[in-house]
Amino acid sequence: MKEMDDCCFFAIAFIAITVAIIIIRLLHVLYLTGKPRRIKSPQLSALIVLGSGGHTAEMMNLLSVLQMDRFSPRFYIAAATDNMSLQKAHVFEDSLIDNNVIKGVSAQFMQIYRSREVGQSYITSVWTTLLATAHALWLMIKIRPQVVLCNGPGTCIPLCVIAFLFKVMGIRWSSIFYVESIARVKKLSLSGLLLYKLRIADQFFVQWPQLQRKYPRAHYVGCLM
Amino acid sequence: MGDTEDSVTSKRTVFVTVGTTCFDALVKAVDTLEVKQELSRRGYTHLLIQMGRGTYEPTKSLGEDGLLAVDYFTFSSSIADHLRSASLVISHAGSGSIFETLRLGKPLIVVVNEDLMDNHQSELAEELAERKHLYCGRPQTLHQVIARMDLESLLRYHPGDATPVAKIINKCLGFPDD
Repeated sequence: MKEMDDCCFFAIAFIAITVAIIIIRLLHVLYLTGKPRRIKSPQLSALIVLGSGGHTAEMMNLLSVLQMDRFSPRFYIAAATDNMSLQKAHVFEDSLIDNNVIKGVSAQFMQIYRSREVGQSYITSVWTTLLATAHALWLMIKIRPQVVLCNGPGTCIPLCVIAFLFKVMGIRWSSIFYVESIARVKKLSLSGLLLYKLRIADQFFVQWPQLQRKYPRAHYVGCLM
Repeated sequence: MGDTEDSVTSKRTVFVTVGTTCFDALVKAVDTLEVKQELSRRGYTHLLIQMGRGTYEPTKSLGEDGLLAVDYFTFSSSIADHLRSASLVISHAGSGSIFETLRLGKPLIVVVNEDLMDNHQSELAEELAERKHLYCGRPQTLHQVIARMDLESLLRYHPGDATPVAKIINKCLGFPDD
């Protein structure tokens, strides 16, 4: 009987300590989120999530003013159903090589399954969400980016969540940047709201002053378009 | 040269675009007699409709009835050319179409699709309308917008850029700011 009690005690103590460690680590990561990177490096690997349509156009505008030689290698991810975005990224990468901004090929292009297509039923979307999450995890294990650039829509959420979990688990430290779409004037998108509220994004940008007043941790940066 | 100038002054095209969406309500609206009458009263001669994934086919016309010449197509890789040669653009509320048109400095009426479930796109059109960069309406009110619009009072949109974002990203990552 006494042995059983001991066993129970150790099990509970073990669980309690594990949970405490995880919580402390989580709080530590949240404390460091948004702070400047401590370890300086001339080049950082970057994951660039292209959200299709207007999202991709805004992202390309951002990339055009970043010094791309600092972000290497670069991994572009777009939804598997979106065939335009990666094409635009290809054109952009070619222009970098033509203009001697970068030397040699340092970009990779990947597609990701979406958890739910517009109009898909909720029952089948349970299965597709699982599949999409597994696929996102597989891609993130391969990429392990130090920088994540995204601007919605939902495609970027599993990737950002995994990047954040990698931080908590000490697999890879990354800085996550999210720019809310110019189409959001009064309310954040669901993706934006999640990344803001859960403090997953290191820096959060909005393009209209009304939104910054509502979400004070966001940076108001004016229109990107 | 004289020829092209002549055709520019005589041909005034209204270009309607729904992007990759299905927006039959807009195509139907521009196909109504009241909208066409209003447009020709304001001096437009041609109506070109990009109908996207919609199924409603407008009535083609060569303009013999004294109204506009009407033509349509589903998709085209040269939307930019159509925008450039238009005198007025009537567009769905997608941010891509809106900013492409504004950047070309073309007068724009944005028509909000009320059938969309998550209709956040009206936010952008309404904000830009408040700032007098464009006119914003619904399919049912389009003819009134056309009747009342004063293109002289529209303000030119000055495109923004992402340098403020880049500055903050550089600072955060410890890159020198230059």
